[in-house]
Amino acid sequence: MSTINTGDIADGTVIDGVHYHQFDIVIVGAGGAGMRAAIEAGPHAKTAVISKLYPTRSHTGAAQGGMAAALANVEDDNWEWHTYDTVKGGDYLVDQDAAEILAKEAIDAVIDLENMGLPFNRTEDGKIDQRRFGGHTREHGKAPVRRACYAADRTGHMILQTLYQNCVKLGINFFNEFYVLDLVMTEVDGVEEPSGVVAYELATGELHVFQSKAIIFATGGFGKIFKTTSNAHTLTGDGVGIIWRKGLPLEDMEFFQFHPTGLAGLGILLSEAARGEGAILRNAEGERFMERYTPTLKDLAPRDIVARSMATEIREGRGAGPDKDYLFLDITHLEPAVIDEKLPDITEFARTYLGVEPYTEPVPVLPTAHYAMGGIPTNVEAEVLRNNTDVVKGLYAAGECACVSVHGSNRLGTNSLLDINVFGKRAGKSAVEYVKTAEFVPLPKDPAGGVKRILDMVRSGDGTERIAVIRKELQDSMDRNAQIFRTDESLEEVTQLIQKLRARYKNIQLHDKGKRFNTDLLEAVELGFLLDLAEVLVYSARSRKESRGGHMREDYPNRDDENFLVHTMAYLTGDPESEEAGDHIRLDWKPVVITNYPPMERKY
Amino acid sequence: MSTAVADKKPAAAEEIPTFTATLIIRRFDPDVDEEPRWEDFDVELYATDRVLDALHKIKWEQDGSLTFRRSCAHGICGSDAMRINGRNRLACKTLIKDLDITKPIYVEAIKGLPLEKDLIVDMEPFFDSYKEINPFLMAGATKGGKERKQSPVERARFDDTTKCILCAACTSSCPVFWTDGQYFGPAAIVNAHRFIFDSRDEGSQVRLDILNDKEGVWRCRTTFNCTDACPRGIQVTQAIAEVKQAIIKGKP
Ligand SMILES: Cc1cc2nc3c(=O)[nH]c(=O)nc-3n(C[C@H](O)[C@H](O)[C@H](O)COP(=O)(O)OP(=O)(O)OC[C@H]3O[C@@H](n4cnc5c(N)ncnc54)[C@H](O)[C@@H]3O)c2cc1C
Ligand code: SF4
Ligand code: FES
Repeated sequence: MSTINTGDIADGTVIDGVHYHQFDIVIVGAGGAGMRAAIEAGPHAKTAVISKLYPTRSHTGAAQGGMAAALANVEDDNWEWHTYDTVKGGDYLVDQDAAEILAKEAIDAVIDLENMGLPFNRTEDGKIDQRRFGGHTREHGKAPVRRACYAADRTGHMILQTLYQNCVKLGINFFNEFYVLDLVMTEVDGVEEPSGVVAYELATGELHVFQSKAIIFATGGFGKIFKTTSNAHTLTGDGVGIIWRKGLPLEDMEFFQFHPTGLAGLGILLSEAARGEGAILRNAEGERFMERYTPTLKDLAPRDIVARSMATEIREGRGAGPDKDYLFLDITHLEPAVIDEKLPDITEFARTYLGVEPYTEPVPVLPTAHYAMGGIPTNVEAEVLRNNTDVVKGLYAAGECACVSVHGSNRLGTNSLLDINVFGKRAGKSAVEYVKTAEFVPLPKDPAGGVKRILDMVRSGDGTERIAVIRKELQDSMDRNAQIFRTDESLEEVTQLIQKLRARYKNIQLHDKGKRFNTDLLEAVELGFLLDLAEVLVYSARSRKESRGGHMREDYPNRDDENFLVHTMAYLTGDPESEEAGDHIRLDWKPVVITNYPPMERKY
Repeated sequence: MSTAVADKKPAAAEEIPTFTATLIIRRFDPDVDEEPRWEDFDVELYATDRVLDALHKIKWEQDGSLTFRRSCAHGICGSDAMRINGRNRLACKTLIKDLDITKPIYVEAIKGLPLEKDLIVDMEPFFDSYKEINPFLMAGATKGGKERKQSPVERARFDDTTKCILCAACTSSCPVFWTDGQYFGPAAIVNAHRFIFDSRDEGSQVRLDILNDKEGVWRCRTTFNCTDACPRGIQVTQAIAEVKQAIIKGKP
């Protein structure tokens, strides 16, 4: 393969209208995971962070409830209990070595943040305060434990701000409102190795190639494949989609978490912290129905179980409202002062968006698509896997876009803010180690060619199809067919729809033909990623003929450890335009790492 | 149960009354326009829709070239500050029912920052001022990687200003900032306040010196526009007053 001479590239080089840059480490994404990696990498290597949003707009800022760590500041706790809860919460699909790292390093991760300036809520004696959250228990499930460190119901906001503040302090190099649309791979001795990324600059419409020795993906989730979601408009899974299109595997994509308490009709999240502080879920009859499903943990059972119980209540006719299609989150028994101190933002959401006063009225809620357990497979050093055992040299992933897997088939609340800190830091460290000895991989000639083709396809859009209509049809169908309850039939329905939408996608209409701030163009590109990711999710879900954690198959209602105690590894192997997903997607299975906790039935 | 709740049920969406609102949006396409121009759009809306929903409807159903920033859609990321009927607000936090829909709704970009396209302005000068006040904890290392202690009272002292989402609604509503772009502006002062009053911080004198500059706090004319504009309900004017006090009397 012919390549560009690495020595010919200096910062600011322009070849054929494309700008070139060279960095030791490029981090894609400026949410919690990306900035935590940057803080580790910045002082030791020439580092750039590329983000489609200004860093402080990232969706980490929307996280509310808390970050888990067994500090034992307010009651007895230890990291081993935390490990166990994480493994059990994930319905035993968690890699137990990774969960142990997560729980152990949690303590330092919280202290790091405090030292960086994060304003945690405090106990009377000045220590970081902790509260309860779903699935976190003492002594292996005996009772809920206070493990979540928090800053009111703005923990994610404070984490994002604190990390950004420290990036400013360290003078980290940001490329804001740059959309990374491709990973550049170069063949070296018969193996494809990453040599850089290609980004589209929103302000100018120009393309930039960043050649780098190490690349860290930290692009967050992809909740926008669903209609009802707590995720931001911008969470379209670009990073995960880019990796997929390179033929690299995606792990456990069928596992998506539906959070029990989204504002009914809107999907805006009301944190589990509400239930941690004592809120109760009730049906139309006012009954505390969770007592029937999980007598020990009740409303604080893990999310998959609570969401399923809620869906069951509605199906059996106990939903509230004229159409009996929502339930209530009741905090009227809490003192207004406590609500104001501990849950100010979420109560404000209920007032603003539903016109409900949570002091005195129960708040209508419904499950909302919240978190991708699956994603880009990595090992515990955050290195991206190219198959079950080998890594892609110089490529790393961390945060919601990655799958380590510490969340298995169902993530526990507060374990993601933890994940982004622990594995964001590890990714940064691994990359720094790697670039100490690594050389630049030469760029192929015309590294931006792939992106130019995508943009040309979209730009030529003189068709008749509206981007928003295709996206809405996809999202509606995903909500109907691939949400809390799934069957082979429902999954087949959305598979077929995706094929049709792909054809229509080629016939889209683009209104904005300009170069500057062309968000019309980018929405079209993002839609391409949504279609790809929805398809892998559904394909993986059809093949997993069991129910586990966040994946509930009504036609296979039981967990089947005999056949499915394995991670799904999906590969794009052919032309996605082909009629049958089976023609272009191949599945493989990867063993789960089990150390101390043999799989058991999950009871709460 | 309030009626707004019943309205929000997706299943009953057909039965909820819709109405047509007119949005008059100040457009500017740098590739074509010499000057910004106003353009009308009629949109079908529900009372519970937000201005952001109206903008999306226009972009998705009528004119894909309408350009604005947005991400979270619930007032937490700070992307979509804009002037709505002459007041700075977040489009995603402004409900249509709270506006007078018998009249057109005027929407334009925030003022005082260079206009780029439609509702998008250049945010760099805003973030530059923010960076100038050393917006990070300045404190020595702790021994053996332990947490620093802080009492709930000390923590409460600066709670208000930790809520800032850097949306620029305050700064771009400030008449002093409009006429003097060098002025740090309320948002930078709010973020300085967040550290000056943090009991763990040891760098407040540096920040106070920076803000004692001629483009610092003394330019504030206490017009309260910023406080009215802040979507997070931060007492911006009071924060500025407290910083002024700290400059005169030293850190409390
Ligand atoms: C409402 C809500 C509440 C939550 N509450 C909690 C909680 O209390 N506790 C908890 O543990 N977890 C919580 N979570 C989950 C947790 O917040 C997220 O999983 C986590 O913050 C994800 O962080 P991230 O860094 O991986 O991604 P994000 O913060 O989403 O950042 C993604 C970054 O990637 C960038 N990016 C994306 N695509 C591109 C591209 N193509 N080019 C360039 N840049 C790109 C974006 O600009 C952004 O900077 C919550 C989630 C939500 C939605
Ligand atoms: S103080 Fe308020 S208005 Fe100003 S930037 Fe912060 S959140 Fe926005
Ligand atoms: S879109 Fe995030 S604040 Fe409005």
